[in-house]
Amino acid sequence: MQVTMTVNGTEYTREIEGRMLLVHFLRDVLALTGTHWGCDTSNCGVCVVWMDGEPVKSCTVLAAMAGGHEVRTVEGLANGAELDPIQEGFRQCHGLQCGFCTPGMLMTCRALLDKNPDPTEGEIREAISGQICRCTGYSSIIRSVRWAAVHEAAAVATEEAVQA
Amino acid sequence: MTDIQDKKLTEFDDNDQHPVGFGRMLRKEDARLLRGRGRFVDDVQLPGMLHLAILRSPFAHANIVSIDTSAAEASPGVKAVVTGETLKGLGLAWMPTLSNDVQAVLATDRVRFQGQEVAFVVAEDRYQARDALELIDVEYDVLEPVVDVRKALDPDAPVIRTDLEGKTDNHVFDWETGDEEETNRVFASADVIVKEDIVYPRVHPAPMETCGSVADFDPVEGRLRLWSTTQAPHAHRTLYAIVAGIPEHKIQVIAPDIGGGFGNKVPIYPGYVHSIVGSIVTGKPVKWMEDRSENLISTGFARDYIMRAEIAATAEGRILAIRTNVLADHGAFNGTAAPVKYPAGFFGVFTGSYDIQAAHCKMTAVYTNKAPGGVAYACSFRITEAVYLVERIVDALAYELRMDPAELRLKNFIQPEQFPYTTKTGWVYDSGNYEPTMRLAMEMAGYEELRKEQELKRARGELMGIGISFFTEAVGAGPRKNMDILGLGMADGCELRVHPTGKAVVRLSVKTQGQGHETTFAQIIAEELGIPPADIDVLHGDTDNTPFGLGTYGSRSTPVSGAAAALVARKVRDKAKLIASAMLEVSVADLDWVKGAFQVKGDPGRSVTIQEIAFRAHGAGDLPDGVEGGLEAQICYNPSNLTYPHGAYICVVDIDPGTAEVKVRRFIAVDDCGTRINPMIIEGQVHGGLTDGVGMALMEMISFDEDGNCLGASLMDYLIPTALEVPDWETGYTVTPSPHHPIGAKGIGESATVGSPPAIVNAVVDALKPFGIRHADMPLTPSRVWDAMRGQATPPI
Repeated sequence: MQVTMTVNGTEYTREIEGRMLLVHFLRDVLALTGTHWGCDTSNCGVCVVWMDGEPVKSCTVLAAMAGGHEVRTVEGLANGAELDPIQEGFRQCHGLQCGFCTPGMLMTCRALLDKNPDPTEGEIREAISGQICRCTGYSSIIRSVRWAAVHEAAAVATEEAVQA
Repeated sequence: MTDIQDKKLTEFDDNDQHPVGFGRMLRKEDARLLRGRGRFVDDVQLPGMLHLAILRSPFAHANIVSIDTSAAEASPGVKAVVTGETLKGLGLAWMPTLSNDVQAVLATDRVRFQGQEVAFVVAEDRYQARDALELIDVEYDVLEPVVDVRKALDPDAPVIRTDLEGKTDNHVFDWETGDEEETNRVFASADVIVKEDIVYPRVHPAPMETCGSVADFDPVEGRLRLWSTTQAPHAHRTLYAIVAGIPEHKIQVIAPDIGGGFGNKVPIYPGYVHSIVGSIVTGKPVKWMEDRSENLISTGFARDYIMRAEIAATAEGRILAIRTNVLADHGAFNGTAAPVKYPAGFFGVFTGSYDIQAAHCKMTAVYTNKAPGGVAYACSFRITEAVYLVERIVDALAYELRMDPAELRLKNFIQPEQFPYTTKTGWVYDSGNYEPTMRLAMEMAGYEELRKEQELKRARGELMGIGISFFTEAVGAGPRKNMDILGLGMADGCELRVHPTGKAVVRLSVKTQGQGHETTFAQIIAEELGIPPADIDVLHGDTDNTPFGLGTYGSRSTPVSGAAAALVARKVRDKAKLIASAMLEVSVADLDWVKGAFQVKGDPGRSVTIQEIAFRAHGAGDLPDGVEGGLEAQICYNPSNLTYPHGAYICVVDIDPGTAEVKVRRFIAVDDCGTRINPMIIEGQVHGGLTDGVGMALMEMISFDEDGNCLGASLMDYLIPTALEVPDWETGYTVTPSPHHPIGAKGIGESATVGSPPAIVNAVVDALKPFGIRHADMPLTPSRVWDAMRGQATPPI
């Protein structure tokens, strides 16, 4: 079957098998290997991408279901050489070690901040509770999200001051 | 689940410094990993690449009667179907394990655990390969399995390893350490003896990236390139040369980015060999990537020790002796990763951090119809089991003596002046200063206040527990005089090249799986040579481009390879000094090293930087007599001893009396790993290990039903902590450098995994004290705690 979807702002049309998972479509067909495959049972969350702005586990979404939708992956986070604040937060606060769960964590945390720019520790823990990180013990991820929140707020304040 | 505290975090560590040497420094490897530009094995795409899938046994124990592959061979996209019979013809049906046993690459005669490899398919895509597996028809004659380890040596137990000539039982090895007679004598005269049966259940490292490989065999050159999820690329290359008969210089093993290892990626798994065979058979590159179930049911598990622990002490709480009997379940093939002379790994450190008079251990290891392994899970070669044993039995002693567990430990520590300290089982602890570490943890925890709070809560019927563990690890294997893996000495090479402009590249034999080698090793070179870390590239994981060495596991990178890096830099510095003396026209004796430059003694204005020296080493003009051009060096470092990090951990738990759910409210970890290279990375290593500890103590277990079916075959059944099950970690440190390591550093990668389970279990048992409970086995799930509270606790296996 033919599927057409937008990934990180670019439209792709491809001939695929109906049973192909979105994670395999992104990785094997589009060669966007930043999104990972970890468990098949949607427990680990290393495959999280956005579909129309909502985080989804791409190992349990058929590529066909993403047809006509906007998909965003970790490759679409940075603005050229400039990291998204959530990526910078992870860098500053050691929010990653092996980096395998990181793409999924980044997508979930970015979505959290878009909805809730000033999340508490509890809200962050809740938001990432559908994902597993074996390396960091989560504390540094929570700090990373807070780093992004604080620095985004500061950037907004600066912008408002400039405009005023 | 932890108490979610709605506290706002607004203060951050000042990480963005640029130390030329040790200190907090952001990681060099993050730039690619944050952008989705890491390159993991499954990201490797080669032209014409095929995909491999493995057919696995549904039974724990069965004879293979017949295999019909004809339908699979005719399935769309299928390029090859390979069975054990095919491999037998090639002499590849069996391969050596890391413990000098053999393991089936594909089963020929019989399957010996559920999930064992029976056949594989190579097809054009991963879906086609999986489809064809369904079409392979295997007839099995099902046999009675050996599942209960306690019955493995019964006279009527089915013999599992019929492939081993003359094998008439399921015995693997007996092992003994310490002095039995002396230990019994001390026990006989002790005031108090406490005995406890302690189980460390089977768990699994379950790294987020499963195992896999891409093999590309070039028949014209006779050359194999293998990308694989390996923690030890050089050791693997040598073993492939031995197993597959491909000359070693024609094999290139590449470990690209690795998505966590924790020991799971130390052994050679049949799947790696399958991909090599698949590439040879089809003439195309072949990728094998296992799924999560395959990872959990077939790759290296950890622990599975049933231990009887006994401790003898005076009435005043002076510990006199410890003895133990262990029954070890090694699964169907003995695949333990440990130095050859240490079949039980470094379990011999079960005497812990205490100055005692005698110790003895007897161990029996057996085969069962379960997955092979006994590898790891950040275990430091079985130190995890040893530390759990001693820290649990010391707490049981405190219970019997009605002593505070902190006080009991403080009373029995090896004293600073006793180091180097030889234990009663022959381990030479290099350095340690235990009391300050313990006191700091107690201070950070507010230990006295916690005990007061507990008293008040107990009076109200609330269940709060405070658990302590104090551990000494033995890491950095190891001295080649007595440590080798399949005959390969456990040394590590290191090569350093300073380019003409003063930038440098250092090549390592070890391999990061997330530990941050690209950063810390640049910092070690920076500390020794004064070249900024940003100017130093760290190459690792590719056997064609790095010196030989045994790889990263057992917390050995910093103790062994880190020492190699420091020493190779000093070698370069020594040469730089000769060149500097020529450049400054003074004798070598008149030069002082100030980080990054040589200067003339008493005349600091006259100096040359390491960068200037590098250019001169490659530049025009004569060099001093006997000095070759270039600025580079290579060494192979053979450690003189292991390093012995230690730590004090305190855990606070609350148990809901209505549901028996355990909440880890606080966890305080004070670690001493000697000299600290990058505190940010050290803290990260500790946090990860503590989370492992929560998993093992409260959630994780690979169990089997009576037919040998694995009951932990997905992440829905094998529970790993999420952010909701762990607290915000509180860490601290003391520094007791290793006297024999060139920069005084000790390993840290596994300390927290080793030290945290006993702290958590001790806390739960402490909380259950009002029920008269002295011991309860992991995993302390709500149902197991519920049973314990009702006096109905049973061992998990």
